[in-house]
Amino acid sequence: MLRHPKKKHRQYLYQGDPLAAPPPPELETILERHRGRDDALITVLEEIQNHYGYLPQRQLQYTARELGLPLSRVYGVATFYNLFHFTAPGRYMVRVCRGTACHVNGSRQIIHALKDKLAINEDESTPDGLFSLQTVACMGACSLAPVLVVNDNTYGRMSPESAVDEMEKLKRENAILDAEVRA
Amino acid sequence: MELKLITANLGKINPSSIDDYLAHGGYRALQRVCDATETVSFTHDLKAAGLVGRGGAAFSTGLKREMAIRAEPTHPYPAPEWIPERYRYSSSFVVCNADESEPGTFKDRLLLEGDPFCIIEAMTITAFLACATVGFIYLRGEYPLAYERLTHALRVARERGYLGKRILRDDFAFDIEIRRGAGAYICGEETALFESIEGKRGEPRAKPPFPTDKGLFQRPTIINNVETFANIPFITLEGAQAYRRYGTKQSPGTRIVCVSGAAQKPGAYEIEMGTPLRYVIEELAGGLKPERTLQAILIGGAAGVFLKPDEIDVPLAFESLDAIGATFGSGAIVVLDDTAKMWGVLLRLARFFRNESCGKCLPCQIGTQRQLEILERMTQGRSRKLEQTDISPEELRLLRDTGAVMRDASLCGLGQTASNAILSAFDKKLIL
Ligand SMILES: Cc1cc2nc3c(=O)[nH]c(=O)nc-3n(C[C@H](O)[C@H](O)[C@H](O)COP(=O)(O)O)c2cc1C
Ligand code: SF4
Ligand code: FES
Repeated sequence: MLRHPKKKHRQYLYQGDPLAAPPPPELETILERHRGRDDALITVLEEIQNHYGYLPQRQLQYTARELGLPLSRVYGVATFYNLFHFTAPGRYMVRVCRGTACHVNGSRQIIHALKDKLAINEDESTPDGLFSLQTVACMGACSLAPVLVVNDNTYGRMSPESAVDEMEKLKRENAILDAEVRA
Repeated sequence: MELKLITANLGKINPSSIDDYLAHGGYRALQRVCDATETVSFTHDLKAAGLVGRGGAAFSTGLKREMAIRAEPTHPYPAPEWIPERYRYSSSFVVCNADESEPGTFKDRLLLEGDPFCIIEAMTITAFLACATVGFIYLRGEYPLAYERLTHALRVARERGYLGKRILRDDFAFDIEIRRGAGAYICGEETALFESIEGKRGEPRAKPPFPTDKGLFQRPTIINNVETFANIPFITLEGAQAYRRYGTKQSPGTRIVCVSGAAQKPGAYEIEMGTPLRYVIEELAGGLKPERTLQAILIGGAAGVFLKPDEIDVPLAFESLDAIGATFGSGAIVVLDDTAKMWGVLLRLARFFRNESCGKCLPCQIGTQRQLEILERMTQGRSRKLEQTDISPEELRLLRDTGAVMRDASLCGLGQTASNAILSAFDKKLIL
């Protein structure tokens, strides 16, 4: 029988129920407040994401079990809404508005400039974990078009150059923060 | 004309101070309702005032309220187990649709950030008349400031006895919960919004049953847009006659329009119904930048239609827009000047609908994808001279067919209107 020489077979052996242990304490506190309420699923997912930065697979499995829901329901909801992600995003979530108003004011050039600057595509993060890039359909700030949103801060009337400048500023800001943390 | 009926408080009062709101006539309408000996007249008044929904569908708000009040209770008591305990005893619900995500629309955000108590008061009035004890504000997740202000306003209202038990009288209890959307345009559709509050995927339900019969948790539900609610305190206080003094005969009152795009002074302006579009663009929004000419106007958001430059004199009221085949929609007005590339705008719109279709029903799930592909094929390889392309008649027929199928066979408004703007651009020869 041909076998891949490096394949670790032990890895695939059944090692007992991975969820046999109770949920980790931080998850427990989130779930505790909502146990048995399936209408709170979206709120729970939001809180999990706020805590971990994204939705880890294991945590979703715990959620399903503790709320008494099928795992498919949890994943169905989590994948439906744009807010949730399944991999860790960058520290700065950069969202470029591509709505009609921003489009006619040149948001296309902005997203291109940012893609070049950060060397990533939409829905990707930079390798240093600093930036993630996303596009959105409208941020409700159309009178400031074109609009760029970093985490919760809105930057209006951007141009490709000023958008790239903002990235530089954030990078510097982050370097300062890091230095402070180390000090 | 610009007329500040519902935006009068914006920027004038401190949005986090209930005393300021009270000093500007706040909660007088609720007081009046709670003191009244009979309440039918308020709903009659609302119907007579002719207020229609500002969320897009333009359905009579008074009729909606009346239908919900008259609806048969759907569940016998005690209520079924699957309804979470704290909602089980509300015989109906009042929901405020603040999931504003129509591209080009930002009026709801301004209202919620500038005058949160007004919306809370309007919901409380509605709840009193409809005997609801629980209300929801479904707020768009991307509005952190509105969330902060609303949370604060709700807390203050609770402390001051305008929410909670015994509001202004012994037998009236009502409270409001905020639910934040998680980034899905379709959750603005009323039944999808209910699904989302119930903790499910935000997929629209088939109608009927309508929300006034079986809405949230299968109970009769009154759902209105933020701007619709903002009109309610005025009508409750002043009556239908006073309200009908403003606007046109068929569309009384005012409307907040959100002007964006190539205008000099983009922003939200409250206008009297019937104000010509030209006045809004040239006077209020300061016209175009110098040396630019008008190419087109997209009115009503992504699901709206394009207007040609020579249609700029149309009065902004439901009936006159209907007459030229346009809709008021969400009140978004996007101005396109000659530097805008029409093809690019159409591709953006098609991409928007492709991305936002929830995928529950086939005509829209497949149709929005085909629509985008057809447009991409039409523009392929011609990125430099897009404005002069010849469109092959077969492709155009296919595009129209796709649009017709989506309009006739889709489950909800998203699919039904996904081709409106795009086809209107072709019909009006805006891209030849
Ligand atoms: C795809 C779609 C998106 C919608 N988005 C919104 C929205 O963001 N805000 C809103 O108030 N109504 C929205 N509506 C309209 C609602 O379904 C509903 O008609 C409205 O909330 C009723 O309130 P009204 O009577 O005050 O207009 C949307 C409808 C559809 C079909
Ligand atoms: S029309 Fe589109 S958005 Fe509406 S239910 Fe069907 S697939 Fe979903
Ligand atoms: S279109 Fe960009 S904020 Fe509305």
